[in-house]
Amino acid sequence: MYLYDSYDQAMVDARVEEFRDQARRRLAGELTEDQFKPLRLMNGLYLQLHAYMLRVAVPYGTLSSRKMRMLAHIARKYDRGYGHFTTRQNIQYNWIKLEDAPDILADLATVEMHAIQTSGNCIRNISSDQYAGVAADEITDPRPWAELLRQWSSFHPEFTYLPRKFKICVIASANDRAAMRLHDIGLELVERDGRIGARVFAGGGMGRTPMVAPEIRDFVEEDELVSYLEACLRVYNRYGRRDNKFKARIKILVHELGVEEYRRQVEEEFAHMRQLGIQPPTEELDRIRAYFAPPVYETGLPEEVDRSDPDFALWLDRNVLPHKQPGYAIVNISLKPVGGIPGDASADQIDLMADLAERHSLDQLRVTHAQNIVLPYVKKADLYTIWQQLDAAGLGTANLDRISDMIACPGLDYCSLANARSIPVAQKIARRFAGNGKEEAIGELKLKISGCINACGHHHAGHIGILGVDRKGTENYQLLLGGSGAEDCSLGAITGPGFTEDGVVDAIERATDLYLAQRQEGERFLDTYRRLGMAPFKEAIYG
Amino acid sequence: MVDLLNFREGETIGETPVSIEEFLGASNATAVRIAPGEDARALLPHLDRIALVEVAFPAFGDGRGYSSARILREAGYRGELRASGDVLVDQLFAMRRCGFDSFAPDKALDPAAVEATLSRYADVYQKSVDGRRPIWAKRHEVN
Repeated sequence: MYLYDSYDQAMVDARVEEFRDQARRRLAGELTEDQFKPLRLMNGLYLQLHAYMLRVAVPYGTLSSRKMRMLAHIARKYDRGYGHFTTRQNIQYNWIKLEDAPDILADLATVEMHAIQTSGNCIRNISSDQYAGVAADEITDPRPWAELLRQWSSFHPEFTYLPRKFKICVIASANDRAAMRLHDIGLELVERDGRIGARVFAGGGMGRTPMVAPEIRDFVEEDELVSYLEACLRVYNRYGRRDNKFKARIKILVHELGVEEYRRQVEEEFAHMRQLGIQPPTEELDRIRAYFAPPVYETGLPEEVDRSDPDFALWLDRNVLPHKQPGYAIVNISLKPVGGIPGDASADQIDLMADLAERHSLDQLRVTHAQNIVLPYVKKADLYTIWQQLDAAGLGTANLDRISDMIACPGLDYCSLANARSIPVAQKIARRFAGNGKEEAIGELKLKISGCINACGHHHAGHIGILGVDRKGTENYQLLLGGSGAEDCSLGAITGPGFTEDGVVDAIERATDLYLAQRQEGERFLDTYRRLGMAPFKEAIYG
Repeated sequence: MVDLLNFREGETIGETPVSIEEFLGASNATAVRIAPGEDARALLPHLDRIALVEVAFPAFGDGRGYSSARILREAGYRGELRASGDVLVDQLFAMRRCGFDSFAPDKALDPAAVEATLSRYADVYQKSVDGRRPIWAKRHEVN
């Protein structure tokens, strides 16, 4: 994985000192909260319902064991002993004291980590495919590109006070595991005439006005991508709406201008930008690429795995995926135990995952946008011992992409924006379907819950989505069907009137019962819904 | 009115800037002011007769002025480029990088804080219009 050189380290160290000074000025009363807010936000520090929340960047979701252990250390020393992995492949801590924040950033900097631009109206952490580097279907590893863009976007002088936050995703496979088209800019690396470049999508997003990003360019050359993105961002910075924060994301600009006109303006700006020499030379991408060179794999490893332990065999079938290298496997560690908080992990669990990665996964881990952890380089021969240790620590849940492997935002339990709680609903759904054969019978079903219209829980992109709203002072839950964040990207549709907390769990059960009765060979819930349409589901739910 | 913060060689321009509309009319003005929603490129045909462009920041969170500044410098404008209004000390670094060379903040800035913020980062990741060599260029320097 990428290692900082002295330049990268100096940047992060300088940022720690800058924030230490800003926090000191705030605590001394030299800065008002209004003035301090954009500064702390650019360091990932939010003021929540009960305390400060700190969001730490995990660039493109890639971690070493050493970094992972630091995340456990922070949970233990500065928080209440746990952390929450997020849909942006980051981790956040919900019980932080402002006085501690500079020390936390200093601790992070010792392992080449930071919280730079994890919030605020700037370019956020670059997200990517959690299986980058090990997926058989990728044309190249997208992470060198993501790292190039991390550096380009860090402290960008022109794009620090954008109309709104800005999220970029880079993938390199036709199978989208990162919800690429629901980003402000999505990049799909593709090959053309033997060269790799980027297919560019712009104006996707969730929130209160969800949009699937349209393609704005079918190919940008490797050695022009930074120039092209500067053009995209400049048009947005100049013309994105600033009169209404709910209409300020780039998706609204692209929608209001129309794709053609936005594209035209970007092309015009790009023609100018490419003259300015702002693009790093190809040697720079090559330099970064060297850090992501494939590891030296062992050969002649056994392919057979002893499946005699049925619980292990189930986990193997659910959570372990094929690797591009013979003898190896990709392990998904579910952070969705039944009755737990989706994405949460205790400091001890984080340490255990770090230990397992060090011993069995070439020292590497990944965070997924579905709030799970991946061990990307596991020898098949090691799977059983890994599972035993995970299981003993409450990390052996065998539910990848099943109904209880749901995405949920922190909701009203933590978040000052939320209208409703997400976590109790998630827990009730898991209890209703897991452990009684239903989850198994249903198979792949991506369920996503947001506690407010901002859609941090990706409810628009769930095969089943739940949106918590405030209805005359009581929590109410709307149900959506038919969304997808994958290559078949689509937005869910609302079924009808909302439900109580228990009512929405019942409604999901009626919808999945209909699916089980109506599905054809090989159909997922989503496929059956797409074939049948909303009407029969509506009837089953409300009928 | 607090004192101007000047990073230019020589004095700042004393003339009161006029709006783009007035400037593009029959005006003889050499100082012009750009509001956040206005197009800096409207000035490009006239850069050789402009001595001061003042970019207004009515609210610090409105970042359109950063693009306005960079556009002018990219087009070769060498006159004074002033950020005026809700300009905070923690914004000076990015503003300098976008080509601003004088500042008229609504509230006076602490000189020590100004000095600290401008000297904090030894290097930069991007090429902009301030002449600084980005890190990627230094990494691949041929000695």
